[in-house]
Amino acid sequence: MGLVNHVEPEVPVYSDRYDRSLALGEGGALLTSGQKVGMALAGFGLLLFVVAAFGAGPISPVKAFVAGLLVLVFGLVLYYTRSLAAPTTRLSKGARTGLVLFGAGLLGLLAAATGAGSLAPVFFFAWGIGLTCLGGLLYFRARYAGHPAGIRNDGLMHSATTARGAVGWLLGIVFTGFYVLLYWFPGALEGLIRTVDPLSHLLRGGPADQWFLYGTFYTLAVLVMGVRALYRYRHSRYQVLRTLSVMFFQLVFAYLIPAILVVLNQPEFYFSYFWPLKYSYLWPSDVGWLMAHPGGLGVFMVFWGVVLSFVATPILTYFFGKRWYCSWVCGCGGLAETFGDPWRHLSDKSLKAWQIERWMVHGVLVFVVVTTALLWINSATEGAIFGGLSQAYARAYGFLIGAVFAGVIGVGFYPVMGSRVWCRFGCPMAAILGLFQKYFSRFRITTNGGQCISCGNCSAYCEMGIDVRWYAQRGQNVIRASCVGCGICSAVCPRGVLNLENGPRRGRYNGPVLVERDALTLLSEEDVAG
Amino acid sequence: MQRTHIVIVGNGITGITTARFVRKWSNHRITVISAESDHFYSRPALMYLYMGHLTYAQTKPYDDGFWERNDIELLRDYVRSIDTEARRLHLSSGNTLHYDRLVLATGSKSNRFGWPGEDLDGVQGLYGLQDLERMERNTRGIERAVVVGGGLIGVEMAEMLHSRGIQVTFLVRERSYMDYLLPPEESEMVNRHLCRHGIDLRLSTELREILPDEAGRVRAVVTTGGEEIPCRFVGLAVGVHPNVDVTEGSGIETNRGILVNTYFETNVPGVYAAGDCAEFREPPPGRKRIEQLWYTGRMHGYTLARTLCGERTPYRPGVFFNSAKFFDIEYQTYGDVAPVPREGEETLFWQHPSGDKSIRINFRRDDHRVLGFNLMGVRYRHEVCAGWIRQRRPMPYVLAHLGAANFDPEFFARYERELVAQYNARYPDRAVRLKKKKGLWASLTT
Repeated sequence: MGLVNHVEPEVPVYSDRYDRSLALGEGGALLTSGQKVGMALAGFGLLLFVVAAFGAGPISPVKAFVAGLLVLVFGLVLYYTRSLAAPTTRLSKGARTGLVLFGAGLLGLLAAATGAGSLAPVFFFAWGIGLTCLGGLLYFRARYAGHPAGIRNDGLMHSATTARGAVGWLLGIVFTGFYVLLYWFPGALEGLIRTVDPLSHLLRGGPADQWFLYGTFYTLAVLVMGVRALYRYRHSRYQVLRTLSVMFFQLVFAYLIPAILVVLNQPEFYFSYFWPLKYSYLWPSDVGWLMAHPGGLGVFMVFWGVVLSFVATPILTYFFGKRWYCSWVCGCGGLAETFGDPWRHLSDKSLKAWQIERWMVHGVLVFVVVTTALLWINSATEGAIFGGLSQAYARAYGFLIGAVFAGVIGVGFYPVMGSRVWCRFGCPMAAILGLFQKYFSRFRITTNGGQCISCGNCSAYCEMGIDVRWYAQRGQNVIRASCVGCGICSAVCPRGVLNLENGPRRGRYNGPVLVERDALTLLSEEDVAG
Repeated sequence: MQRTHIVIVGNGITGITTARFVRKWSNHRITVISAESDHFYSRPALMYLYMGHLTYAQTKPYDDGFWERNDIELLRDYVRSIDTEARRLHLSSGNTLHYDRLVLATGSKSNRFGWPGEDLDGVQGLYGLQDLERMERNTRGIERAVVVGGGLIGVEMAEMLHSRGIQVTFLVRERSYMDYLLPPEESEMVNRHLCRHGIDLRLSTELREILPDEAGRVRAVVTTGGEEIPCRFVGLAVGVHPNVDVTEGSGIETNRGILVNTYFETNVPGVYAAGDCAEFREPPPGRKRIEQLWYTGRMHGYTLARTLCGERTPYRPGVFFNSAKFFDIEYQTYGDVAPVPREGEETLFWQHPSGDKSIRINFRRDDHRVLGFNLMGVRYRHEVCAGWIRQRRPMPYVLAHLGAANFDPEFFARYERELVAQYNARYPDRAVRLKKKKGLWASLTT
């Protein structure tokens, strides 16, 4: 892939202008023209599928499907044969096999989506979902397992997939489109939903709906991409354990247990989500419904929710920081750490983004607190004071925050804005945990004396958009409300400067006191105001 | 009142640190001149640009608005000559610039040794952004490259090329990689690691000449052993020397570097030199006359800024330290660890069975006072290690508290026990019991 080929010779490759072309989505500058044509064709093929899925447009769904399939296959073949010619992306045989299977699986998914899924669910489940996962796993194994363990971010900033290039934008559109269909046009996903029917019968004793499909996709994404994260970060036990933890909580607490509860005729309940992230768990409607459930389990669920929200959360955050939840337990965090890992570096590190973040995330927190309070006052007064107002608030919160923000933007924008858009700008749970972390916690990221070389890897790979280097190069501890403690800054640091630690709260901001006087002044220097 | 004008030549870590602290402590007018880049970027991050780990913008430690907000003028130009009489700089653009104080922080230049063919297309060193641009063009679409020189830049170049799928032959003059700095075990560990990554490592091998093709581009190299190795790129990483070009004809005294005292003052009043380009007439104890490290550049700049702001301060670096990364193996060193223990020195060395982690602690034989630490694949805490060395702590104390030095992430395996056991076996009369622990549960109980 000629880096310089497609840039005017007098424009330096390593320059602000070049970076801007990446940020503006002109990462295509890195693609050969053959690849660009391939991507365009693949995009057009996808469009034809959408037409086919809706059964709309001037041509019949079947024709649109067939045409879309052909165009898509041709486009992808063109794209990959061109990229394989480039030395940076030379792939092993195993990796190529994986990619081919993955591509075949995607075609299966698309075929199922056009309605074929309802005809032969088991077949399309195996073809679409099975092959996609298998292909992905084979690819990751070939890509990472054969090489010595260590940080492998080679080519990430040159790739059309991970540097906001053509593939990245295309994926963003596909993810966003999936959420739009899921929330507002589930009928369009009918064919896909039917493919998970057999699984749904097995786990929950009934047919699937769009949310079961979503849960299945979500869990598989965390598991398959979790394996990728395990390969990638296998030299770090912190990363391995953390990744296993999010995989476990997603599979067991957010997928299997709710399904088993349904089989047992109990309320479908996610023990790993609490108010205010799962806002309705402490709303009068859910609480009333759970309390009314016979057998006592519903009462326990309400009790669990209250204890986790108001007792366990502050205590755990005091000891470990917000990471105990955000990057070890939470499903949103789990998806970000696994599925979102290829795009973690795309978070905006500017001062402006930080300002917007603080207003937005705390604004959402206020919104959910007010909504919850209104609902309870309304419930207690039986609608005497607020009438329909509290319900309107609840509906607005559910639509704007629960669906649009957490889903469509939060995950749909992964390949463009990074993997933690929701966690950083929208999650009220993260906001509360952040306040605890900043003011009442033993957690901090310490910096190692004067070893920092200001290279910027820590800042670049911070998914929460923290400019970690700004602290590290001053020898100052990093204490930020937004830090989810993923530990990647520490992993990518080439000089071993950063470490996540829990310790006494006294002197937490200052960093360790240096024994040598000269070094103290040299290392804990304050910055120029500005 | 006219503000004192401080002109700094070079926007690397030394020049920029000087500028930042002068701004912090004074309202002098500050101008920073650079021919290399508009803004300060991290030179050690160059390799990550080529490898695609970082974008150029991400290598800049401060956002572009920082300089205006802090009233630091940046000038993209090249200083052709210095008129020390008139205190005036003549620039490539044809402009002149008056200064009250002049700071020369011009850095280094890559070494060359007059090899036949060293000026061919596809042969280059790696120091600045322009070198990286050239490397990008020189390595496009090629399959084989040769890197010459067994230092830190050599191994970085090998890693860079390797990340692009280019087969690298690495010519190292020494019998083992960097054996002039690293003890044999650590050096051997790097040799093994390079080979594991598929680098064709040739020890005790030097370059004899570089052969051209018809177009005047490198076709192959010939080693001192007479072997011809085909390649389309040659990376010359055989060290750097101070860049003193700017002093020509100015009367500023130079030797290998620009000669300065411990206040970074040259022989010409009002003219200072710091960082890579400076050479101490009398170096601080235990230090070299020329220091070409990132953090020494930062310390030079900080110290010089004090002097420029009216508090004349000598350069007093603390306990020596440094770090590097050889592909995946992180290396940290604190204090004084000679490649071979000197007379009266002892070494305690532990190596992980995997052969890619080790801990070495050197101490004095008579009083067991700790001298230095060498860490491979293990992270130790700077201030703790430096503190023990500074306080002349004996080994029993150091080993008993070794847990406090560990800086590895949570859940990582700990190796203090192994070191203590080894020491106790060697010196049963001084047997030590490990005291301090670190880790998740230990931190809960502190």
